[in-house]
Amino acid sequence: MAKSLLVVERVTHRFGGLLAVNAASLAAPEGHITALIGPNGAGKTTLFSIISGFLMPREGSVLYADEDITGEPPHKLARRGIARTFQIVQPFAGLSVRDNILVGAHLHHRARHRALAIAEQVGYGVGLGDMLDRPADTLTIAGRKRLELARALATEPKLLLLDEVLAGLNPSEIRDIVPIIRNFCRRGITIMMIEHVMQAVMSLAELVFVLAEGRVIAEGRPAQVAANPAVVEAYLGHGAAAKLGGAHVR
Amino acid sequence: MRALAPIFVVVAALAAVPLVVSSNVVLNFLVVALLIALAGQGWNILGGYGGQYSFGHAAFFGTGAYVTAVLQVRYGVNAWPAFAAGIAAGAALGALIGALTFRSGLRGSYFALVTLAFAEVLRIVASVAPITGAGVGTLVKLDLRVEAMQFQGRAIFYWVILALVAASLVIARLIERSRFGVWLVAVRENEDAARALGVDATQVKLAAMVISGAVTAAAGCFYVQYFLFIDAPIAYGAWISVEALLTPIIGGVGTVFGPLLGALVVKSLGEAAKLITGDAPGLDLIVYGVVLVLVIWIMPRGLIGGLAQARNRLRRRAPAAAPSAEAGHG
Repeated sequence: MAKSLLVVERVTHRFGGLLAVNAASLAAPEGHITALIGPNGAGKTTLFSIISGFLMPREGSVLYADEDITGEPPHKLARRGIARTFQIVQPFAGLSVRDNILVGAHLHHRARHRALAIAEQVGYGVGLGDMLDRPADTLTIAGRKRLELARALATEPKLLLLDEVLAGLNPSEIRDIVPIIRNFCRRGITIMMIEHVMQAVMSLAELVFVLAEGRVIAEGRPAQVAANPAVVEAYLGHGAAAKLGGAHVR
Repeated sequence: MRALAPIFVVVAALAAVPLVVSSNVVLNFLVVALLIALAGQGWNILGGYGGQYSFGHAAFFGTGAYVTAVLQVRYGVNAWPAFAAGIAAGAALGALIGALTFRSGLRGSYFALVTLAFAEVLRIVASVAPITGAGVGTLVKLDLRVEAMQFQGRAIFYWVILALVAASLVIARLIERSRFGVWLVAVRENEDAARALGVDATQVKLAAMVISGAVTAAAGCFYVQYFLFIDAPIAYGAWISVEALLTPIIGGVGTVFGPLLGALVVKSLGEAAKLITGDAPGLDLIVYGVVLVLVIWIMPRGLIGGLAQARNRLRRRAPAAAPSAEAGHG
């Protein structure tokens, strides 16, 4: 596989007495889609917050393009080319869709007309073309997820961290957004996504890391990981793999 | 240039007033209203666009006023450079307070309280420090010459403050149209989301506070040239902190014309309340307060925000009848 754009090395983070991430290591190969899955409370979002600079890890390091970026603030990481979306969508509610995307577009373009042109283009790219002048808070959940994508994309990232962009969407909405994400990857953006929607993980990701109770318990191709008894147990509880009769275990 | 056209029209209309009205009472009223509008525009740049609600803009107003007065009276500096120094001092104070508050991550009500505390500390210091004239205050010598920035007629003073207000309107408009302004509004709307998009929130807020401090300080500098007197309760009193935040809130926070409209409306209301209630002390303040509560209740985004909302509602009513455009994507 291609060389890694992002490498997380033995990162540990505690919230008080809670060990949220425990010596987790993972890597995102350049130009590919990597998925981070795991049961609720596994520490996925915490790990994302560490990678994107919102949290400083207690131990371990984060490398991006072979440089140590551990603890760099989010705005500097954004300038380096790391963009993220939020699991709980964070639109600039009082602004129009266009102005929301404009904030991201301004990162590398000072001139207003240039940034506006990019915002519009990106807006069309994620299917928000005819909603550019609407206030962001009038969008449906699916629309807001698209807006999260658009804003991140407008910063022209090299690495895109997607935190559950498909959560809360119905199957047809998911079908609409999956090709958009695949398209980002085709354009050379490396993607790391946290996702619960397994059908999407299976179809998009080339590499999957499974996080449970803060540890990486499995990694590999989607099919390998889904068949891993440790992964099944992490989701369904101790002994579940055996109870399922081993039919899925290769 | 087209973006500045509304400002040009409004300022030109206001500039014509002294040609029609010669009453000193009316001109005095307008000068004070414009002075408040200027202080309010300073607040609006930080509070309206940046969402950082300061309760202590008196700190900037008073510093501008004192620097202008003290430099002239004690150091014999000419009024014009003293005026400029007052504005610079406001910017510097903005940088100082901004660095202390934003770097330590103070947001929302904590930020408001700390700014209030700064203004109060300055008020207490100014009321005892010898250089400010302590409790007596500082009197600027009457010297009705242009070189001393004192003018024979009210009309000239009116045009001077109008020019300052015009400059503040242009500044607000330019901020609105710039990358800095887009980032400032993003910080107001959602600081974390803004940071994720590459916005250095601390830096942006700090810059806003520097501009904000300078603009409000300019109002203080003008106050000294107009009234030729300053003391601690005027310079750093709560009155100006309240006026500075009230006018944009009534007029429309985060809009170019909000502070100007708010100042004219609020000051007119104040005068009207005095007329209606006669000489009963304090009654006009009650009327004034009730009206403010009503305006904020009915139009939480101020007069301009309320009008924009009403216009949008009318505009949206038409397409809303057709099947929602979003359904196609949902």
